[in-house]
Amino acid sequence: MTDTPAAAPPSDPKPSSDTPAEAVKTADKQDAAIADFGIDTTSRSTGQALRDYVDRVRGGELGSLPALAGLIVLVIVFAVASDTFLTMNNLSNLLAQAAGITIIAMGLVFVLLLGEIDLSAGTASGVAASVMALHLVKAGNLQGGMGDTVYYAFIVGGVLAIGVAVWQRIWLGAALSAVAVLLLLSGVPANPWVEMLLAICVGSVIGCLTGVLISKVGIPSFVVTLALFLAWGGVILKLIGDGGTLSISNDPVLFGVANNNLNILGSWILFLIFAGGYAAVVLSRHAGRVRRGLVAQPTVLIMAKVGAVVVLGAAATYLLTLNRSPNPDRITIEGVPYVVPIVLVLLVIGTFVLDRTKYGRHIYAVGGSAEAARRAGINVPKIRMSVFVIASTVSAVGAIVYSSKVGSVDPNAGGGNTLLFAVGAAVIGGTSLFGGKGRLSNAIIGGFVITIVSNGLGLIGAPAAVVSIVTGAVLLLAASVDALSRRRAKATGH
Amino acid sequence: MTEPILELRGINKSFGPVHVLHDVDLVVRPGEVTALVGDNGAGKSTVVKCIAGIHGIDSGEVLFNGEPVHINGPSEAAALGIEVVYQDLALCDNLDIVQNMFLGRERGNYGLLDESDMEQAARETLASLSVRTVKSVRTLVASLSGGQRQTVAIAKAVLWNSKVVLLDEPTAALGVAQTRQVLDLVRRLADQGLGVVLISHNMNDVFEVADTISTLYLGRMVAQLPTKDLTNTQVVELITAGRSGDIGLAKPEVATV
Repeated sequence: MTDTPAAAPPSDPKPSSDTPAEAVKTADKQDAAIADFGIDTTSRSTGQALRDYVDRVRGGELGSLPALAGLIVLVIVFAVASDTFLTMNNLSNLLAQAAGITIIAMGLVFVLLLGEIDLSAGTASGVAASVMALHLVKAGNLQGGMGDTVYYAFIVGGVLAIGVAVWQRIWLGAALSAVAVLLLLSGVPANPWVEMLLAICVGSVIGCLTGVLISKVGIPSFVVTLALFLAWGGVILKLIGDGGTLSISNDPVLFGVANNNLNILGSWILFLIFAGGYAAVVLSRHAGRVRRGLVAQPTVLIMAKVGAVVVLGAAATYLLTLNRSPNPDRITIEGVPYVVPIVLVLLVIGTFVLDRTKYGRHIYAVGGSAEAARRAGINVPKIRMSVFVIASTVSAVGAIVYSSKVGSVDPNAGGGNTLLFAVGAAVIGGTSLFGGKGRLSNAIIGGFVITIVSNGLGLIGAPAAVVSIVTGAVLLLAASVDALSRRRAKATGH
Repeated sequence: MTEPILELRGINKSFGPVHVLHDVDLVVRPGEVTALVGDNGAGKSTVVKCIAGIHGIDSGEVLFNGEPVHINGPSEAAALGIEVVYQDLALCDNLDIVQNMFLGRERGNYGLLDESDMEQAARETLASLSVRTVKSVRTLVASLSGGQRQTVAIAKAVLWNSKVVLLDEPTAALGVAQTRQVLDLVRRLADQGLGVVLISHNMNDVFEVADTISTLYLGRMVAQLPTKDLTNTQVVELITAGRSGDIGLAKPEVATV
């Protein structure tokens, strides 16, 4: 790497006198350099690419490898320990259980990418869930349901959120907050779709307020979100009432989000859209890169990756379309659960934003070095605020899913372990708490690990104490892997 | 002699009561490397920051391409074609070379990224600078050596069709082979017709690549002379005492004021 360019002796210290000769020499050198690059960068053999990958892993760039390994170990352990773990009924139930935490974790990845933390995402999602359920139960009369003080406080908060979002030119946050205020003021009658929209918009309002406190007022995110974690917990209690519960299980749409399935045809269409779309995007991009002579993975590896996704997707779809009811004669349960397309859509949108847009690139840049990003002309406070808007908005989607799973919203919604499990999911999947490193798919893998631990231990009859201790140990393990791989990466210069 | 691309005339700059720059003149010509030397605290970095628009100037004139200009911020300097490579480089470790070179100025429509275009442009720029030490333009900056990072930072500055590049101590932290690479690169920048300002403490570097040596002494520009008219000893005397024989400050008394 440090070889002195052999063919380029130091240019004459005073070249201004003999420019023509110098120009010819420079041109020659340029041709040579272009050739060098062409050979070095674009055509790696499959073996070379695999060796490079092994080198990177040994150098400390583990990605989601430890989480995948952990996932496989957990599946094997519980498959042996419990008869019911590997039944399709339990596995599809696992998908619905994991979805809530996974979705919140996906939002948190944006915050973690900046090296920040959002401790309030859990209770913020609880507020969104409570408003949603209250709107349904009170048939759209939020003013009556909340009481005047709380109702006007919500409207003031919403208007404030619009203001700060417009000020920082975060248009999506401003638009969603405006919708929240409109829905609060309009008193539209209960409608499950309106309620879900309201929940998402309330999440956005909360995110705008959190974000502005952190990026413009300059309070550390840990402190702001710790305070808001407590405050939102109080708001939920105020909305629902001590010991109360708001049931949403008699609304077929809201209850169906996490408990119903696509029909057989829909399941296969879903497979075709996502697997086909994935294959088309990956292959066309690869072909384009090869054609234009850019850095590209070996074609064999790309084909293997696409093939694996298509085959696994087809297998999972097939298994989920079989009747998995414990009493197959009386009830039929079949099809891919709705939570699967919900998570996949969020994954696709989020990954697109992070990998293909300038905004996503700037998130990684701020997470890597805020100073370098600032000098490059990136509006660091705006980026910092916007990720909190994303985290809270997405966590409201998570709230819809987990409330639907339970069928009700109680004062503990989003409290307890929700947030910590979500952060845990992101970190276990390989998102770094130090910022700059992480992907949305990390959150999905991590979400599965966390859910499998509690699901599997529940099946073999382990008490709650053991579940908590094991989950804690898994998280600790993941954080250690992150820290150690960072150290190794520093030591090896990767 | 070519017309100067950048010229400072009688620049004064104070930070509160501290008068840092006294009537500083500086001429940067295209196709030449102008070394800016001086002891610690002589005002080298302040001159660079005034040119880059980070500090405003109290009095004096800045001419760019012969036209007087007022540079009110880093973005205005960049718009003119003035790029600064700072000592701490300002690169993101978690991004690759292409991503760093285009940071904040990504190409593409509707907020999307045009990776192919950026990768090709980055490779062409690196190739035009005869950079051959980097294995792939998609290498993460975290895994580059100090010299390679310096190369990326300089190439980043060149990418924007800049006309003047200011380099703050580019070889300070580098080994022998890497210094060699960076000095070659500095020379090539000038050969491509850019005006290059090189701040350095290393006399060997300065004498190797610079066409003109400008010496600052206690905030005054004491001499700006072609390298071929100067010796190493003379420059050291200019740096430490402000005068050397007939060049530099006129009388010894002036220097002690």
